[in-house]
Amino acid sequence: MAFWDYLPIAILFVISAGLAAIAVGLGHLFGPRKPTPKKLEPYESGMNPFGPGTRRMPVRFYLVAVLFILFDIEVVFFLPWAVVLKDLGITGLVEMIVFVSILVVGFIYAWKKGALEWE
Amino acid sequence: MNFSDLTTILPLITLVGWAIILILVDLFIPAQRKGIMAMLSAIGIMISLVIAICQFGGQTTAFSGMVVFDGFSVFLQILFLISGLAAIALAYDYIKRQGIERSEYYILLMFSLSGMTLMAMADDLIIIFLALELLSIPLYVLAGFANPRLDSEEAALKYFLLGSFSDAFVVFGTALVFGAARTTTIPGIIAAITVGAANLILLMVGAALILIGLGFKVSIVPFHMWTPDVYQGAPSSVTAFMAVGAKTAGFAALLRVFMAAFNTLAVDLVPVLWALAALTMILGNITAIVQGNIKRLLAYSSIAHTGYISMVLVTINQSRITQHAVGAALFYLVAYAVTSFGAWAVVITLEHSEGKGLNVEDYAGLGRKYPALAAAMTVFMLSFTGVPPTLGFLGKFYIFRAVLEGGYVGLAIIGVLTSLVSAYYYLRVVVVMYMREGEPLVRKEFWLSSTIFMTAIATVIVSIFSTPLFTWASKGIMFIPK
Amino acid sequence: MLPVSYFIGLAAVLFAIGTLGVLIRRNAIIIFMSVELMLNAGNLAFVSFARAFGLLDGQIFVFFIMAMAAAEVAVGLALIVDIFHTKQSIDIDQMNSMKG
Repeated sequence: MAFWDYLPIAILFVISAGLAAIAVGLGHLFGPRKPTPKKLEPYESGMNPFGPGTRRMPVRFYLVAVLFILFDIEVVFFLPWAVVLKDLGITGLVEMIVFVSILVVGFIYAWKKGALEWE
Repeated sequence: MNFSDLTTILPLITLVGWAIILILVDLFIPAQRKGIMAMLSAIGIMISLVIAICQFGGQTTAFSGMVVFDGFSVFLQILFLISGLAAIALAYDYIKRQGIERSEYYILLMFSLSGMTLMAMADDLIIIFLALELLSIPLYVLAGFANPRLDSEEAALKYFLLGSFSDAFVVFGTALVFGAARTTTIPGIIAAITVGAANLILLMVGAALILIGLGFKVSIVPFHMWTPDVYQGAPSSVTAFMAVGAKTAGFAALLRVFMAAFNTLAVDLVPVLWALAALTMILGNITAIVQGNIKRLLAYSSIAHTGYISMVLVTINQSRITQHAVGAALFYLVAYAVTSFGAWAVVITLEHSEGKGLNVEDYAGLGRKYPALAAAMTVFMLSFTGVPPTLGFLGKFYIFRAVLEGGYVGLAIIGVLTSLVSAYYYLRVVVVMYMREGEPLVRKEFWLSSTIFMTAIATVIVSIFSTPLFTWASKGIMFIPK
Repeated sequence: MLPVSYFIGLAAVLFAIGTLGVLIRRNAIIIFMSVELMLNAGNLAFVSFARAFGLLDGQIFVFFIMAMAAAEVAVGLALIVDIFHTKQSIDIDQMNSMKG
């Protein structure tokens, strides 16, 4: 039965989770704890940490990300098209030309509006 | 795909192609002359409208049954395209005045319009989903068009989050229907149910999810909570377009899907639809009473009208009255569209910068100072209430008749009672206009005024000669290939 | 091969998690991520059914849904960035400039 084939993996999961729990648990039980403010700070390779953990990113990254998503996702239509191009014949080619030219219009628009300028 | 497929969707191709060309043209129009864009997009919509009217008559399907061309689709296409023209007329001066004149406004409007025309023709759940997205995504942007005004941005974000939430329901529902019927075309689903090949439980869950998703779009209670905030925050010209276009498109999908494909599930669906319609009418009308802001008042009133239209959905399993029911719904949508555009045009006329002039009290004295404008607003309010001789009265009459023919007397009584409630808040606007003294600030502009007077005249005149329109609306019913 | 009901069960669980996320979380980005989860639950259901029935249509539909989801991401991120600019917050509980 298929279920029993997975039994070794289940045992492995249980043993490894158990070992990890024992190791951490023992440390917690017997280890000495003397917290000082310095010790509670996040570890940054020995330096004193500065600033908040999460920085704000310039909004331009979002613009680039959005443009990337929009143009990137269209590839999803190219692949199946490329696979059956021979069977589609001239109709498929014309359809793809129309599709790409619509994308190009979007690209020209983004370009002219300055969405591709970093400064 | 062949050539006849393309000619079937020619109005749509014209619209999309024109909008794409306008994107390029716009780059070469200097900033101070963006008003040209309004004219150019109006020309595009008119060309599309002429093609749609020329195509009138005949029934056919295209793209292997994904798109259907019938009276229903032509009727709705013409309604959408005229709405688009009205939306441009409303926006032309308004966005200039609000300092948000960017030419993307008209391009986005055209893209949204093409989603609506696609929705009118969609005969496949996937196409319905695509049309829904195509009409919604530009509307999300348009709702936030007055940025950095905070209320507009908030409206856009709320509309976007709840809109995409509802789209996810439509996607999952469609996936389940696909699993149940092995197809997503509406004729295919009907065939699968007829031969008993469909998994009815999956189909039922799928239908319920699609109902929730589309219910959000047309703001059926309890999926209406975004409506007041979005209608209030979005620029008024966008709200007018959204209130008419998005709602009509949502009902196009609801009617097409539920009247045709899911009518075999009527035993389970009808009680739910009954309750939803009743709840929508009651809550929409009662909450509208306490609104002081005219945009919020019209938002709740639009929820109430959703309730009236969704009443016809309870008749989904009675094929002998389907013609009447769908005809009544389409007629009501026309009445709602004409009256809404008129009422919103009046709102825009009185709105001045920073969202002032939007309270009902700001209409005081309108009757004395601008009698024509006040008379027009009175016509719209009477039409919303359903008082003859207006389109709204006939819309309600046909809806109630269809519901009574279906044997749902209780629902019809709720409809009549809530209409009486609605008279209170609609007539309050009229009372404020005529009975109170005040100094209303009015902005006169040619396109705005002509929209107001054309819709006011249409509300009265068409109601007197309404029979041809109703006959046309009820002839348009779905062509289901056997 | 696993029966299709397993995949649909997984899709339903993902959809439910997404719905709960939208209803419970208050951060606009996380709400939006939950919506994406719901859309992908739909995609998973489509692909599983398409595979089970041996129909290609379902898989093609997923492409369209993905493309639409990308368009939504673009608009949604722009709106969220925009409102963060104005308000310095994307907590939807604080979006109450309109009252009725």
